[in-house]
Amino acid sequence: MKFLPLLIANLFRKKLRTSLTIGSFAVALFLFGLLVIVRGAFSQGVDIAGADRLVVINKTSLIQPLPLSYRDRLLRMDGIKQVTYQNWFGGVYQDEKNFFPQFAVDVANQRAMYPEFIIPEDQWKAFAEDREGAIAGQNTAERFGWKVGDRIPLRGTIYTGSWEFNLRGIYKGSRAQDDTTQFWFHYDYLDERRAFGKGDVGWYVVRVAEPDLSVKVAKAIDAEFANSPFETKTDTEKEFAASFVKQMGNIEFLILTVGGVVFFTLLLVTGNTMAIAVRERIGELAVLKALGFSNRFVLLLVMMESLIVAFVGGGLGLLLAKLFSLRGDPTGGILPYFYLPPIWIVAGFGTALLVGTAGGILPAFSAMRLRVVDAIRRV
Amino acid sequence: MVRVDGNGGAASLIHVRGLDKKYTRGGEEIHVLQGLNLDVDSGDFVAFMGPSGSGKTTLLNLLGGLDVPSAGTITVAGDEITHMSASKLTDWRARHVGFIFQMYNLIPVLTAFQNVELPLLLTKLSKSDRKKHVETALQLVGLGDRMKHYPRQLSGGQEQRVAIARAIVSDPTFLLCDEPTGDLDRKAADEIMELIGRLVQEYGKTVLMVTHDPAVAKQAQVTLHLEKGSLVDAPEGAGKP
Ligand SMILES: Nc1ncnc2c1ncn2[C@@H]1O[C@H](COP(=O)(O)OP(=O)(O)OP(=O)(O)O)[C@@H](O)[C@H]1O
Ligand SMILES: [Mg+2]
Repeated sequence: MKFLPLLIANLFRKKLRTSLTIGSFAVALFLFGLLVIVRGAFSQGVDIAGADRLVVINKTSLIQPLPLSYRDRLLRMDGIKQVTYQNWFGGVYQDEKNFFPQFAVDVANQRAMYPEFIIPEDQWKAFAEDREGAIAGQNTAERFGWKVGDRIPLRGTIYTGSWEFNLRGIYKGSRAQDDTTQFWFHYDYLDERRAFGKGDVGWYVVRVAEPDLSVKVAKAIDAEFANSPFETKTDTEKEFAASFVKQMGNIEFLILTVGGVVFFTLLLVTGNTMAIAVRERIGELAVLKALGFSNRFVLLLVMMESLIVAFVGGGLGLLLAKLFSLRGDPTGGILPYFYLPPIWIVAGFGTALLVGTAGGILPAFSAMRLRVVDAIRRV
Repeated sequence: MVRVDGNGGAASLIHVRGLDKKYTRGGEEIHVLQGLNLDVDSGDFVAFMGPSGSGKTTLLNLLGGLDVPSAGTITVAGDEITHMSASKLTDWRARHVGFIFQMYNLIPVLTAFQNVELPLLLTKLSKSDRKKHVETALQLVGLGDRMKHYPRQLSGGQEQRVAIARAIVSDPTFLLCDEPTGDLDRKAADEIMELIGRLVQEYGKTVLMVTHDPAVAKQAQVTLHLEKGSLVDAPEGAGKP
């Protein structure tokens, strides 16, 4: 690496220009990181959905209920290992903007159905024994500074009135992407106190014995309840999450478009900068060649310069994006999975280097093809 | 001995025969060098003179392997360079030629030391060996105390001396100087010429130099004139004794 001083000296030649180009990479990659986080926030549910879980909802719409009696009928069906049910609560904690999802859950089966959520045994026991008990996800508990033992008041919007719960436990996710914003309480407590809809559940979650057969089992479930007052629509958890994401609009497309434009602009910026960098040192590059430095060396010198800028700027932007994501969801509950996965950091870094290469390649080739005699005449 | 009549022995260091160089510009052909012959021995100091556009730079570029002739051969120390591939020619330049141009052509972002070190980066020398060579070369040109200076912190004459140090640091077979004093005042020019003279006399270097300045040319052992595409001992019209 005896050529390093030459490379570094070139980078420090125009400090402002180098900083600005590095800055362009940093901004672009930071934006890239944010887009990935937002995309993930909307579709993470899809990525981490259990492969062997089905969601059974009312065929008319998600907000129409299903009768509790379906539970036993589902359990009797072939290929179904486990059944649980949930009900959306939609309460408000202090203020509308403090949104987090609340579910009335089937205490007996909730934990077995979602092994990815980790709760200390004693906390779970305390929860199960307290009719007004509740469990909150770590994210939500931290957000409001809740501790086990706190009394949590919620104002019902669907089930009006004021509801109070005893926080008996806090669950963690076993993966960084797991949603720890949920709030669970006893279905029985809801059903006993609510003024309407007694004996209804929001939806069922079913575990199939054989993930490969989920589609078949889903069809069988919908057939089982066809032509009844409560027809069902059953999907794998993945499809369910995906259809949920689709309702948010075509975010994937938006992100691809914005990301594409950003990287294309970055490519032009880099290409232009490197072209200027080469043009203003034609004489020097010619002298290097006269001294016996090969064409390939000159090519690599220019390429390396472009790559270092991409490396430093891209790294900086991704680092900032990662730090930003570690501060957690800035929207306060709308994007619970606020997470920048390592694979995307690698992808972003790779793209930055690719842009660095592509932006540097034409100037580098022109430097390589430069004829000493012509260049020296120009000085 | 320097000869231009094509009768030099094959043993001469630089051996040029029938050198032709044509350029085409806008469909028009310019025949710059026409059947030029030259023999230079090791340790010779030759000055080339001639009017602007007569082909002095062209000749030097050909001798330095920076350009290829339209016809003819150049042989240096037994190697015929006129048929080398571009990449072989690049290696050959690194080993055999030291260039000193009119514009000092130092890399502005490198120190005097780093500029002089450049040619050595192409060798297998260790870092400490490179340092020794660079220091010796810079001391030889009288700039042992300016190693950490950047070109912009040096005078024109000092810059040119750094360029000379860079040209000699790898101990090349010969030096090519294209108007080395063209941009300098009288005093700095004299210092540079004294230095080049010393390289020839004390260190036995072979130097081929282009100049416009008769006072500078006088320092050389032989002055050759480019005329109508070839070299002559004395310019036409100059009264021969
Ligand atoms: N790449 C080129 N294309 C076309 N013509 C060229 C090229 N290089 C040189 N020439 C022409 O060749 C002739 C000789 O040029 P050269 O630079 O060798 O002259 P010179 O003797 O060094 O002149 P000067 O004293 O002005 O430096 C000139 O007419 C020049 O215009
Ligand atoms: Mg010239």
